[in-house]
Amino acid sequence: MSHADAHPDFLRHHFHTPKQQFEAGKLGMWLFLATEVLLFGGLFCGYAVWRGNHPEMFKYGSQFLETKWGAINTAVLITSSLTMAAAVTAAQRDNRRALVTLLSLTLAGALVFLGIKYIEYSHKFHEGWFPGMKFYEKPDLQHAKTWDHSKPIIGNEPFTAAAGATGQASQSAAPTRGGPEAEPSTVALAAIGPAGLRPGALEPPQPAHDDHAEAHTTHPLQDPQRPRNAHMFFNIYFMMTGLHGLHVLGGVLLLSWLIIGAVKGRFSAQYFTPVDLGGLYWHVVDLIWIFLFPLFYLI
Amino acid sequence: MTTNEVTTPIESEPARETNYLNATTGIMSWLGTLDHKRIGVMYLVSVLMSFFVAGLFAMVIRIELMWPGETIIDQDTYNQMFTLHGAIMVFLVLIPSVPASLGNFVLPIMLGAKDVAFPRLNLFSYYLWVTGAVMAVAAILFGGVDTGWTFYVPYSTTGVDDRGAMDGVFFLTMAVFVLGFSSIFTGLNFIVTIHRLRPPGMTWFKMPLFLWAIYATGILQVMATPVIGITVLLLAVERTVGIGIFDPSLGGDPILFQHFFWFYSHPAVYIMILPPMGIISELISVHSHKHIFGYRFIAFSSVAIAIFSFLVWGHHMFVSSQSPLLNVVFSAITFSVAIPSAVKVFNWLATLYKGSISLNTPMLYALSFIFLFTIAGLTGLPLAVIATDIHLHDTYFVVAHFHYTMMGGALTGMLGGIHHWWPKITGRMYSEVWGRIACGLVFVGFNVTFFTQFVLGSLGMPRRYHDYSGPGWAQETTDLFHSLHFVSTMGSFIMALGFFLTAGYLIHSLFRGRRAPANPWGGRSLEWQCPSPPPVYNFAEPPHVGDCYDFSVLEWDEQEQGYHWRRDLAHDAGEA
Repeated sequence: MSHADAHPDFLRHHFHTPKQQFEAGKLGMWLFLATEVLLFGGLFCGYAVWRGNHPEMFKYGSQFLETKWGAINTAVLITSSLTMAAAVTAAQRDNRRALVTLLSLTLAGALVFLGIKYIEYSHKFHEGWFPGMKFYEKPDLQHAKTWDHSKPIIGNEPFTAAAGATGQASQSAAPTRGGPEAEPSTVALAAIGPAGLRPGALEPPQPAHDDHAEAHTTHPLQDPQRPRNAHMFFNIYFMMTGLHGLHVLGGVLLLSWLIIGAVKGRFSAQYFTPVDLGGLYWHVVDLIWIFLFPLFYLI
Repeated sequence: MTTNEVTTPIESEPARETNYLNATTGIMSWLGTLDHKRIGVMYLVSVLMSFFVAGLFAMVIRIELMWPGETIIDQDTYNQMFTLHGAIMVFLVLIPSVPASLGNFVLPIMLGAKDVAFPRLNLFSYYLWVTGAVMAVAAILFGGVDTGWTFYVPYSTTGVDDRGAMDGVFFLTMAVFVLGFSSIFTGLNFIVTIHRLRPPGMTWFKMPLFLWAIYATGILQVMATPVIGITVLLLAVERTVGIGIFDPSLGGDPILFQHFFWFYSHPAVYIMILPPMGIISELISVHSHKHIFGYRFIAFSSVAIAIFSFLVWGHHMFVSSQSPLLNVVFSAITFSVAIPSAVKVFNWLATLYKGSISLNTPMLYALSFIFLFTIAGLTGLPLAVIATDIHLHDTYFVVAHFHYTMMGGALTGMLGGIHHWWPKITGRMYSEVWGRIACGLVFVGFNVTFFTQFVLGSLGMPRRYHDYSGPGWAQETTDLFHSLHFVSTMGSFIMALGFFLTAGYLIHSLFRGRRAPANPWGGRSLEWQCPSPPPVYNFAEPPHVGDCYDFSVLEWDEQEQGYHWRRDLAHDAGEA
């Protein structure tokens, strides 16, 4: 093109000025982040509905998450957001050494987060809190510290019509649905509208666990206090933190790519768009975790 | 398209300038292209191929229903047929149809830009579409899908003994996930392009109305599609692993699935209809050679429809045990969608009034659109009224209504757009006579097919039934439905004939068609200022930006068989 000589290397041919290219990239990133928020928004909405339908599951399940690890992870992510923001400034000031250092620190934060997540997940798997029902029976219970071979598994069976109709399958403290006189139905009773309509919803809620010491001496699967399908809490826990973890993993790849570019000196005060956009992405990943942490660990 | 080398033009014709079609050759120059025009053409071909496949499924359905009892397929095959017809038509054809194909081609040229804002993302979203199409084929190979295109729980969570089954439903839901991201990236690209690549002088209210429609569509694509993404992801996990969020037998809430699904899928019908509405705004104005009436009202009505469309999803769920209060609210908001839709229709009619109307093929499609879309809109009202909806819900009345919007509206608009921009895309003129005949056949065939279904539905024929005879059916009901279904299927044959005719003369025009002038219809927007077909970077010099509906600056050139700038104004126009 006639203006080719006036175009810096980083300017793509269909843009007129670097400013136009930067603004286009930034708008595009904001729109993409809006879609990310909406993607997680569906999960948050599902969380709200599910929690409304099964408050006892959430109350029971959330005590098995370790607030300590969650809090550390929150701190790690917020710190990495800070170093990311500083990295953008370093790029704008043409300070390549600071840029590489700060990006590396951010990457380290991401890796620490994933490491802690790994510790948490493997602990959950070890205890038998697998996502989904397909894998549920498979955990290696022999090695779980609190497993007692003489006690049965409680509240584990999927909710079937027969179980719901007779109320015999579950010995848990959760309210049984239907009575012995109810006709067996081919359609499973389940989420029957809002929580207020659930049978037994008017009874005072039973404390899922008064005594924390007891939780550590009884395996969760053998806990008589365990409400029906309590492991379902972990399904939404794994869905939400898992999808977030995938985004952190994406962030790791993105940050590595940025570090390579920074080492090669691709970014400058004139062209720092990728660093800026990567920073935006990282902040949103951070932000989503800031909502996940209290929803699962604290309330 | 052509295998001609640039250096060896056909002898009998004047040497053509290098354009986007012949600048580079070979299959790889297409598959790896970043040129928005080639990507648009690839989308167009792919979408039309999917349309053909899904159309075949529709014909199988229609033939099965011609006679009572089992005609050509059993009920399980029938369930798979209507599911695949619906899923392919919606996710592979209608959602990408106009924005990804015609929009991709025309949008940057209308802006006088060289390309969309993110050309690589554009190609990526095309390959996402291809991946989605492959997964949809995999769904057929892995046992098919019989849930209906809505994947309602529990249809989509039962029927498998082993939850780990990677079967048709799994593949089709994941295909929808991938196709959703294809759609998101297209919409995102267009929004940024319209924001940042408008040429100097083209303010928001000087843009062609097609771009307003594409912009409103882009907002819907970006804001609504992530929700279907997470929904089908959850559904796939529910089916394979069993997480108990939707499946009632695991403590999940199937109504939650419906809310999630329609939160996307209602805006999705506006993703399908808004771009064709934008096309119609162009066609009506250009082919009646008259300034569009009520520009701002049409522009804002697109945005208004986009906003309303997020607030009406519950009208799909009037009989799903949704609370009566919600029903009333959704019903009321649904009525209000009629306002911006009617604003568009009245403005189009006012544009026609005292215009110098050329009944070219694109214009015939535009008029057909107005007629069919009006019927579609008016028959939507009985479905929005809660009392009548309880009678009409899940009957052929609903089927007829949404085929009038989706096919009579969206597809007719797209066909109009294809005929309008065909000379620009291919550089060839198609046969006008055959074009008009085919348009007439499609119009007549369509009305015979689907108007009959309004009658069927109001008489009580349920949708998704492969048979309407046997125990429980009165003989006179069976006879009545048989005659109506028979007429409906006859109409679909007429329509199919029209489509084959269209395919025939369009393909014929590629090889035998007259060379197209730069501006065959007298369009004023920027794409008519570059040659047909356009060169690789669209414009050698920045085009002349002005009022894109001011046709007074154009005059007919008999020799060129096209329009060009009035000689006395040529010095203004940036082209000699």
